[in-house]
Amino acid sequence: MAVEPGPAVAVHIRGLSKRFGSGDQMVKALDGVDLDFEAGKLSLIVGPSGCGKTTLLSVVAGILDADEGEVSIFGEVITKMGDRAKTRFRARRIGFVFQQYNLLPALTAAENASIPLVIAGWKKADAVAKAAEVLASIGMGKKVASLPSQLSGGQMQRVAIARALVHEPSLLVCDEPTAALDHESGQTVMGLLREAAVRPDRAVVVVTHDNRIFHFGDRIAHMDDGRVARVEDKSPDLSAA
Amino acid sequence: MSWIAIKMLVGDRAKFLGIVIGLTFAAALITQQGSIFCGLMLRTCALISDVTGADLWVMDPGVRFVDDVKPMLESQLDRVRGVPGVKWAVPLYKGNGRAKLTFDPADLKAKTYPPDRLEADRREAAKSSSPSNAFTKVLDLFAPASGDFSTPPPRWYDPAEVNVVESVNLIGVDDASMVGAPASGSMVGPGPRGRMWVGDLEDLRRPDSIIVDRVGLRKFFPGCHLEDPFDGPSESDEAYVERLRAFVRSAPEIEMNDHRAVIVGVCEATRTFQSSPVVYTLYSRAKRFMPMERKMLTFILAQAGEDPGGAKLAPTEVAARIRQRTGLGAWSSQNFMFRTIKYYLIYTGIPINFGITVFLGFLVGTAIAGQTFYNFTIENIKQFGSLKAMGASNGRIVGMILLQAAVAGALGYGLGVGLSSLFGTRTLDRWGNPTELAYFTPWQLLPVTAAAIVFICVLASLVSVQRVVRLEPAVVFRS
Repeated sequence: MAVEPGPAVAVHIRGLSKRFGSGDQMVKALDGVDLDFEAGKLSLIVGPSGCGKTTLLSVVAGILDADEGEVSIFGEVITKMGDRAKTRFRARRIGFVFQQYNLLPALTAAENASIPLVIAGWKKADAVAKAAEVLASIGMGKKVASLPSQLSGGQMQRVAIARALVHEPSLLVCDEPTAALDHESGQTVMGLLREAAVRPDRAVVVVTHDNRIFHFGDRIAHMDDGRVARVEDKSPDLSAA
Repeated sequence: MSWIAIKMLVGDRAKFLGIVIGLTFAAALITQQGSIFCGLMLRTCALISDVTGADLWVMDPGVRFVDDVKPMLESQLDRVRGVPGVKWAVPLYKGNGRAKLTFDPADLKAKTYPPDRLEADRREAAKSSSPSNAFTKVLDLFAPASGDFSTPPPRWYDPAEVNVVESVNLIGVDDASMVGAPASGSMVGPGPRGRMWVGDLEDLRRPDSIIVDRVGLRKFFPGCHLEDPFDGPSESDEAYVERLRAFVRSAPEIEMNDHRAVIVGVCEATRTFQSSPVVYTLYSRAKRFMPMERKMLTFILAQAGEDPGGAKLAPTEVAARIRQRTGLGAWSSQNFMFRTIKYYLIYTGIPINFGITVFLGFLVGTAIAGQTFYNFTIENIKQFGSLKAMGASNGRIVGMILLQAAVAGALGYGLGVGLSSLFGTRTLDRWGNPTELAYFTPWQLLPVTAAAIVFICVLASLVSVQRVVRLEPAVVFRS
């Protein structure tokens, strides 16, 4: 069945299932998930550990194959793409923020933030210059030459956000971005995500179980046992603006 | 992406050093052991490499290597001269002679040492010790009764006189042309082996004359320090040569198989496998020195002539003709060298012993570098996963890993070969000749070492690459 998402829907998920293992050891991580994430909104996926929220995010981000169902991002069905097409799609359209930042320790903040541009084929000097601009825009202008070992957790996560935004993706996926941070840094990072990342032509999806940041979400999908238990909508649609 | 790969590699300095050191060790060991092996093999054919001017060696068909002396009738010389394509052919005698010397070291030193050195030597005389090295000192711990190699004890009535009996490599060159004798040339500074230091080849025409090689003087005249310049204070090459001249002017006499022989010159010869002194004389005199036999001709040296068009014939072609027409063994100089080396490769355990060392170096290098490189990749697996998640293809990630291996490999190879070469140059004497340690690095050894290092790097990267290629990018979301 063809999927035709509406113009405000950035991520359209239908009948998504994912199993791990086989036989008695089989675990249903996702069990027929239907969900939409809208452009211009910051959506949260929340739930207890093992409920399948990270698996859902991985499939949505195109780094894990689903067993059944369909995912489209701004109209492009990624579940039907081959590996190469999916890799190219990720490089072009998706930005990642990881729980442990995953910065390369030997690269400076600007070099780390420039990686998506380098993957896209930019020259090093141009990519680093652009990354430095993005870092400056999120208040890290004085740290462009710092190595990750010289940064605090919050600063590292800000570099990671700059890295996720530098190539201006359509979808930003964040996995527990505040889990390794203290309360204040977590709030700062989430505030930054709201300010810098949310745009009418971009969706931001955050997986978290940190209830101190729930108030940043425009839409909160509660998951349990591989299914979406309920969805809370908290703000008007910004994409219409 | 290449700059990211290199920064990742050198960023973790401890691991980077571990990888490079492993590869350096492997490259150095392979090159060094290979060079010692090649140096030893070259010594086996020292005489062949020292003889210049002749293209061809003719011998009894049963001869397998240069020291495998099987004399021929002298009439074979005329048969070889009659083979079309042979420009000229001359006899060469090679055999083991027995030299006996009786000399007074104090008298010889007085004739050769400068006055200040003579005085210093008198003061040091009491402290002189027998020749030894670290290995013989260890051996002495286990076998103290094996004796030493100090100046041979006096056997006669006069305790001041030294009595030496030494087995020598006796070379008898053609009386007329002297083909096979050391070439005349510069007497100071580095130069090709087989050159005269002191004296003139023409001096061989004087009665009972012989020319000895420089290193052989150490065995002939122990304790008289004629084999090389003094170390401290360093003696100049000119002063050393002058000392050798004084030695030759003193007309030292020795007995060659009970015949009188006078040293009229000192030459540089490639050290032989057994490090025996090399003694050159005329063919007719060599026959007189040695016990008379029906067959005395050891080798025939020949040169390939020209074809009717005036072009020089290939020595291998002329050698084949000689073999066919005379039934003798005939080889070009180069082929005879390789034939000699081949004999040692087949009939001695040298290649196996060196091969094991080289193989161990290769294994240890592979283990250290491979394991460190693999660990490096595995510890960076999450970083590679992040790059994959962010859209870097498998091809680019594999390229990064191969580049890292190539950089580490190139560094390790360069350092290893450099260290080995440094070691090699330190083993050469001040004229660039190998001393105690045979050391020769042919250019062919360098690509062999490079191939071994490439193999180690490829092996290490393949193991790492397959882990990264199989890596699910979703690993990045696992904390």
